[in-house]
Amino acid sequence: MQQYDLPDASGHFGAYGGIFVAETLMAALEELKAEYARAKADPAFWAEYRHELAHYVGRPSPVYHARRWSEALGGAQIYLKREDLNHTGAHKVNNTIGQALLARRMGKKRVIAETGAGQHGVASATVAARYGMECVVYMGSEDIKRQSPNVYRMKLLGATVVPVESGSRTLKDALNEAMRDWVTNVDSTFYILGTAAGPHPYPMMVRDFQRVIGEECKVQMPELIGRQPDVVVACVGGGSNAIGLFHPYIDVPDVRIVGVEAGGEGLQGVRHAAPLSAGTPGVLHGFRGYLMQDADGQIMETHSVSAGLDYPGVGPEHCYLKDIGRAEYTAVDDDEALRAFHDCCRLEGIIPALESSHALAWAAKAAPAMGRDQVILVNLSGRGDKDINTIAGLSGISL
Amino acid sequence: MSRIAECFNRLAGHKALIPFITAGDPNPKLTVELMHGLVDGGADIIELGVPFSDPMADGPVIQRASERALKHHVSLAQVLDMVATFRLENTYTPVVLMGYLNPVCAMGFQRFAERAAACGVDGVLTVDCPPEEADELTGALVAAGLDPIFLVAPTTPPDRVARIGQLARGYVYYVSLKGVTGAGHLDIAEVTGKIAALRESITVPIGVGFGIRDAETARALSGTADAIVVGSRLVQEIEAAEPQAAKQRLARLVAELKSAIR
Ligand SMILES: Cc1ncc(COP(=O)(O)O)c(C=O)c1O
Repeated sequence: MQQYDLPDASGHFGAYGGIFVAETLMAALEELKAEYARAKADPAFWAEYRHELAHYVGRPSPVYHARRWSEALGGAQIYLKREDLNHTGAHKVNNTIGQALLARRMGKKRVIAETGAGQHGVASATVAARYGMECVVYMGSEDIKRQSPNVYRMKLLGATVVPVESGSRTLKDALNEAMRDWVTNVDSTFYILGTAAGPHPYPMMVRDFQRVIGEECKVQMPELIGRQPDVVVACVGGGSNAIGLFHPYIDVPDVRIVGVEAGGEGLQGVRHAAPLSAGTPGVLHGFRGYLMQDADGQIMETHSVSAGLDYPGVGPEHCYLKDIGRAEYTAVDDDEALRAFHDCCRLEGIIPALESSHALAWAAKAAPAMGRDQVILVNLSGRGDKDINTIAGLSGISL
Repeated sequence: MSRIAECFNRLAGHKALIPFITAGDPNPKLTVELMHGLVDGGADIIELGVPFSDPMADGPVIQRASERALKHHVSLAQVLDMVATFRLENTYTPVVLMGYLNPVCAMGFQRFAERAAACGVDGVLTVDCPPEEADELTGALVAAGLDPIFLVAPTTPPDRVARIGQLARGYVYYVSLKGVTGAGHLDIAEVTGKIAALRESITVPIGVGFGIRDAETARALSGTADAIVVGSRLVQEIEAAEPQAAKQRLARLVAELKSAIR
């Protein structure tokens, strides 16, 4: 395989990515691109980033052998990359630290963020508190209802949470509203985008800040099993935890790469959130990529039991990896994810995020057909404390 | 000569008024009527918004207009049909479609450009398609005889202004403020200064819009700009009116704005 070195200078991963925003934001993106290029070449920037990850986040996160679950499935051994053990409880903080350090370099004192599950909002509010910045988080009013513990966490951390009432009132609408804020306050404000999507340089930048996941695994797996895993798997919402795990493995030829989208109520209908599995390319939120859209090019409302995967687009690098066949993308539905959620709780004593439960569900389905000496490495992207109201609600219990 | 160039020629230095409404708002049956109402009031060019589910650059007023139109499932194809119907009675008022890239992608650039030209569209402004990404679309538009309209913002640096000046046809749309459509913090002196500076590298007429809400502001800006674009204020009028009264109320408001900038 050729040396993999994307995106190109204008932010394209093959046919995907790019910059599709209104003119007012072009200069801000240019400035961000230039400053990130300087930061990227500055060893002091990465030294501080790594220091923060070690002492504030608690990295490296361990890789854990889910022995009882693997035993119960009777096939491949399942290993979990424990991003749930990070400070704030998910992978999102790897990215918000990187972007907040960049915001500080640029002299921006106000940060904004969009959030779906609330994990990115919490991670943004956290770093804003840590670095003394004002923080405003946009969140769809639908998501505010289903992720109320995270809303309160953001408020405790000093952030302002703005409910978004437009469109489907979920993550995509929160992103629209964050963009509108940015366009209005472009001089004072840094937009901390929460996933590996959006206009260039965000997909590249978020990937670079999440790559630490895969880089650690590449060292940890040989220590644990003497080699790299046979499969790496992650859930894909916008794609940040997945690209963080996948990217360092792209040029490791024998490692199979699997991204799992939210199948919602099933791919045969429209109530899902699986653009790579069932969508078509288009332009939304500043980049070209696979989208859930109707024949007229209107963005469809998505559905997933997990708010963090309830997004109609997916980052451009995943679109490219799908097209060139280096990664496979598939979907698991709500019920499968919920089953994996409960199995992980009971067999391993770990309450996983509903998002991560999609990756777990794929592993649980694939493992029995694989040999006992084979290894699936799952990115356990976050912990499920935020989801207990949703889970209880599904069982008819009100907490 | 394109219908837009002809229009500016005809005005011979007088200022153009460019009202914006969203196609399909408040319902698709009314749009062509409302377009004629705009012309009755004195519209020189019509900007017709193509509804989109995720209007990232628009404020709440135009977002709501998009939502009202999408309740009726108004598609880009239907918007083109509306323009064709409008052209049965009006062959001189230029119509510029303003919207987002994705519905155009979904139709296909080539097919869109050909159908739009056949329906009597004159210019196309895709808000989220900066010149860097516009080659393919612009090529298709120009080949079909349509004018690609570009935005220039207060944040656009001089070298980009020059580049946009080279690509622009019809007119350039100067965004009068940092913000979304309908925002209310426009600084007249600053905008006037900017527009004067743009003249150095832009040869087509310069329209100004985003946040022009009253005749007084329109008059002040028409000192330097060639055209005044008014959107949210008109959409609010539609929002507030009974459907059967909307045409008249629009015409009255447009007339008031037009007389302010003459
Ligand atoms: C724990 C967790 N995993 C995954 C995701 C999905 O995002 P991404 O695809 O960017 O990793 C989220 C988003 O909120 C999340 O909270």
